[in-house]
Amino acid sequence: MNPGVLTVYRWELRKLRAQKRTYLGLGAAILVPLIFVLALVIEGGQPEEVAFGRYVNSTGLAVPLVLLLFGSVWMFPLITALVAGDIVAAEDRHDTLKGILTRSVERQQVFFGKVLATFTYAFLAMALMGAVALGAGILASGFNSITSLSGTEISANEGLGLVIASLGVYLLPISAVACIGLLLSTVFRNSAAAIVGTLMFSLLIQLIGILPGLESLHPYLLSTQYNAWQGFLRSPVDWDPIVRAAWVCSLYALPALAAAALVFLRRDVAGD
Amino acid sequence: MPRLMPQATPIEVRGLVKRYGEIVAVDDVDLTVEVGDVFGYLGPNGAGKTTSLRMMLGLIRPTAGSVRLFGRDPQLSIKALEGVAGFVEAPSFYPYLSGRRNLELFAALDAGDSAARIEESLEIVGMRDRAKDRVGGYSHGMRQRLGIAAALLRQPKLLLLDEPATGLDPGGMRDMRDLIRELSARGMTVLLSSHLLAEVEELCNRVAIVRSGRLAYQGSLEDLRRQAGEGYRLRTTDEERARAVAAAQLGITEVTAADGGTTFSARDEVAVSALSLALAEAGALIVELSPRHASLEDLFFRLTEDELPDVAQRATSGNQTEVAA
Repeated sequence: MNPGVLTVYRWELRKLRAQKRTYLGLGAAILVPLIFVLALVIEGGQPEEVAFGRYVNSTGLAVPLVLLLFGSVWMFPLITALVAGDIVAAEDRHDTLKGILTRSVERQQVFFGKVLATFTYAFLAMALMGAVALGAGILASGFNSITSLSGTEISANEGLGLVIASLGVYLLPISAVACIGLLLSTVFRNSAAAIVGTLMFSLLIQLIGILPGLESLHPYLLSTQYNAWQGFLRSPVDWDPIVRAAWVCSLYALPALAAAALVFLRRDVAGD
Repeated sequence: MPRLMPQATPIEVRGLVKRYGEIVAVDDVDLTVEVGDVFGYLGPNGAGKTTSLRMMLGLIRPTAGSVRLFGRDPQLSIKALEGVAGFVEAPSFYPYLSGRRNLELFAALDAGDSAARIEESLEIVGMRDRAKDRVGGYSHGMRQRLGIAAALLRQPKLLLLDEPATGLDPGGMRDMRDLIRELSARGMTVLLSSHLLAEVEELCNRVAIVRSGRLAYQGSLEDLRRQAGEGYRLRTTDEERARAVAAAQLGITEVTAADGGTTFSARDEVAVSALSLALAEAGALIVELSPRHASLEDLFFRLTEDELPDVAQRATSGNQTEVAA
């Protein structure tokens, strides 16, 4: 049988499993909600400034939502970039591209195997964060109903569904960040530069978001899409921000991915 | 077994050029490696050997010219590398994986049953004992051997090796040479780049000598030796007379006295046999007359050093050689 994208994907996952940075990212995704809940339990206070902040002591469902708001500034982009920014650059660091590109897989197969592995990692990190936040939150504050942004009461079961849907929508901007990380990893051929670059990009977009006079740009900023999930926490559900997140994030992700693929397919694999 | 046309030439390189801005790393190189060759690609460091190899393996794009491996273009598809294996520069591996795991990874990316040959390949290069350790802790020589093992997984018909003996200790170099000889005896065509003349002299039947990206010579090692300014050594019963006769003989030049005898250069063997007759007639009877091989090393330096273009020209003017300079 000839190897293809799935073979590359499988081995990319194995490579990720053998690297420390993978556990650094996944570890952060697990530890941050744990620390957050632990702090709530010990301090007994609640973050008043953030949406859903004042419910964290009355229902565990509010915990992942607060973390989604808090984590969008830099934490989730960083966790994503940790692998996305490294996955091509690591091959340059170890000079291993010449090895895998002289076997029997085409360059595009190698590239898309890497893309799949990057997404798998990023989604896994978000899923772990969500699961730990829900689990720890429910343990600490109970599985209770939550008040929507429109002020209506949502039952615990329905709320759980909406939280999971929110986590799902959150993957849209995360995917865009992953694609940008992949592009920088491919172009810079240096992990540190790609990771910092991805983070800088993320922060720069947020900066644009707070500059006066640029309000008309807000709906199209990547940072705005991190809040799209809030549409689920309205009654009735507001699909507008969710739909917009889907296409706005595609506008960031697809060109970045296409550019990365083009560079990867055409590049010279030479030493330093 | 990969489906290969039996008559296809393992390597055909035509007009290959690689330019990096102003710098021409490879300058109009033509190479032909025939089935069964152990072909030495010889040149000083920085002569463009590795760049040429990278183009042959499809890793970098030529600025101009073409590469065909068994008739197929590695720029178009990885399928051109069917039956081809090797490495450029030092072979590289994932340092955080074990040697065996690295081979498993490469085998997984191969068409065919490479995975079934992992243990055998490790055995051939003598790396079975260390295969469970992370490559990060390997010495250069061990990586080099693992690189050969990784290539052997593919059961190549054509093996491209870039400076395979670099960084090996004398024992390792001998093992490497033995291995290449053995692989060649099994019918593998081998191209190896090297800056070590001894290595090439011992292993290769054909060579190309490259200097600053350009070919200075391509052909058989014998032709190269012949052009290395091959001379003769002569001892007779009367050296004085012999030298006088030799100096007057047509086609004989550079007659010099040397440790109890005489050395000279001859245009061809006819001139040498004519000389032997003339010596006998003159009464200087031959005690010893033998061809004296000039060191290939001398020739290499003459071919790869800039200030003697006339020598390079002479070296490429042999009738069996292809001139590309």
